[in-house]
Amino acid sequence: MSLAQLTRRSRLPLVLLGGVVALALSIALAITFGPANIEVGEVWSAVVARLGIGESGLSAIRDGIVWNLRLPRTLLAAVCGAGLAVCGAIMQSLLRNPLADPFVLGVSSGASTGAVLVVVLGAGGGVVSMSAGAFLGAVASFAFVLLLSHTLGGTTDRVVLSGVAVMQLFSALTSFVVLTSGDAETTRGVLFWLLGSLSNASWAEVGTCFAVLAATLLVCAGYARSLDAFAFGEDAAATLGVSVARTRLVLLCVTALLTAVLVSSAGAIGFVGLVLPHAARALAGPNHARLLPVTALAGAVFLVWVDTLARTVLDPQEVPVGVVTALIGVPAFVLILYRARGAR
Amino acid sequence: MTADGIAAERVTRSLGGRIVLDDVSIAPEAGATVGLLGPNGSGKSTLLRLLAGVLAPTTGVVTLDGERLDDVGRRSLARRIAVVEQHTDTQVPLTVLDVVRLGRIPHRRTWLPSSAEDDDAVGAALEHAGLTDKVDRRWQTLSGGERQRVQIARALAQQPRELLLDEPTNHLDIQHQFDLLNLLVGLPLTTVVALHDLNLAAMYCDRLVVLQSGKVVAAGRPEEVLTEELIERVYGVRAVVTLEPEGHPHVRFVRAGRPARSALRAE
Repeated sequence: MSLAQLTRRSRLPLVLLGGVVALALSIALAITFGPANIEVGEVWSAVVARLGIGESGLSAIRDGIVWNLRLPRTLLAAVCGAGLAVCGAIMQSLLRNPLADPFVLGVSSGASTGAVLVVVLGAGGGVVSMSAGAFLGAVASFAFVLLLSHTLGGTTDRVVLSGVAVMQLFSALTSFVVLTSGDAETTRGVLFWLLGSLSNASWAEVGTCFAVLAATLLVCAGYARSLDAFAFGEDAAATLGVSVARTRLVLLCVTALLTAVLVSSAGAIGFVGLVLPHAARALAGPNHARLLPVTALAGAVFLVWVDTLARTVLDPQEVPVGVVTALIGVPAFVLILYRARGAR
Repeated sequence: MTADGIAAERVTRSLGGRIVLDDVSIAPEAGATVGLLGPNGSGKSTLLRLLAGVLAPTTGVVTLDGERLDDVGRRSLARRIAVVEQHTDTQVPLTVLDVVRLGRIPHRRTWLPSSAEDDDAVGAALEHAGLTDKVDRRWQTLSGGERQRVQIARALAQQPRELLLDEPTNHLDIQHQFDLLNLLVGLPLTTVVALHDLNLAAMYCDRLVVLQSGKVVAAGRPEEVLTEELIERVYGVRAVVTLEPEGHPHVRFVRAGRPARSALRAE
């Protein structure tokens, strides 16, 4: 028996290449959907022209639709999908909890509280924008979770319990602020943070989110093997030479930071971080060196198409993207768990 | 004293205000199989966790080749000492091969794929544990005995010189208990194993250490340690100890209260 035959290592580059091609095609195709009819070829020539190679030959309006509206939105969808899915995969492995998702540390509820405080109470005196307020709220709630779980003993179950407690606290705060001083405008703002939306995508946001995503992926790739070691618990990881406390702190911080950045740009888009890691595990196996890139690509492709659906299915009205992820995510989740049950 | 291999010197450890280990010293000889005996809560698991470096002693030191465990470094430690815990389970859908490969983590460099050396170590470990035909089985479908073998194979893939096991024969039927211990004593490693069964310990261990309430109450060769007097004192049960032709002692427990009841009936 040759062990080399049993490894799936050699197939990884092919899978990744396939994923990248699928993502590029998805982005190009997704841009063609919408009220203005645009061909894949036009998308291509608009992008090529912007990069300074050749002429676009498009009218200024059509070029604007591609470059200023649909392309940043689609790219933000891809970056958010990848980031949320990777954060979910890391949380599930690190906390040894299949129900963990990027929001388990209270980041999303902190973000909505921060946003509401800016909008309703004018906190920050107009200098702080709504998304900056959301980011600060997210960081504050995560710091609170970290402090609380550290005080309670620092083990992973304490992290989960602290996250749930802080999430409830910040949700209650948000509801309180909205109920006592809210109007229709505020309520709509809160819904944005709770359900997520990519409609305000700009190139600046794409750039920020992508930079943070890339940095996070790099850090997490360095910890891929340590995450493998967590399969049998923290003591087992320690006896395999993993520095448990450091790994836990670094990974919690980078994923919470990425989640906070994504949420402050696109709101708390649910279910991507919960469902996609399970789907990717079925595809790539449990080994994190394979699992993390596959999860990122799967999350990106998924959210690109979900957002396309969300903005076209009830045209001209937009369905909140979080509603569509839940409508697709729940049956997919059930299906994945049902198949996993059969394999056990 | 600079000892070769792993040694605990006068270690004390308290957990939650209670002293679980009290002034314990242990220095297994290279290549020996040392059995840890004692009732539940006597400190066997805590001593193993201290030797593994997972838990730090409150006072005293644990050393590897005379160097304090703190100074050795996690990864180097994991290349020397492998641990098989009592309860191991996971939700992750791992195969036998996946689990055994975890043992290579302390040997691998962060950004590089596994080397031929890694594959050889995993192959040898699987063969040692008799698992070569089960590499693709899912962890969740394995029996208790198979899971213990997989964890031992994972430990062997670490290529350690010291192996620590916490009651590995728990929940195994008698045949698998013998299989497992035969496998362990056949390995050229210094092994410290916590055991419940006195007769298995007597048959397979070179030396025994008996703990009671966190203190060492007896240590030495099985025939020196396992006396009727000690069993009565530590476990509170009466036993008859005889010497087997192979040279190890055999413990036969006597049912409590029986002589008294028959005496009553005779009257």
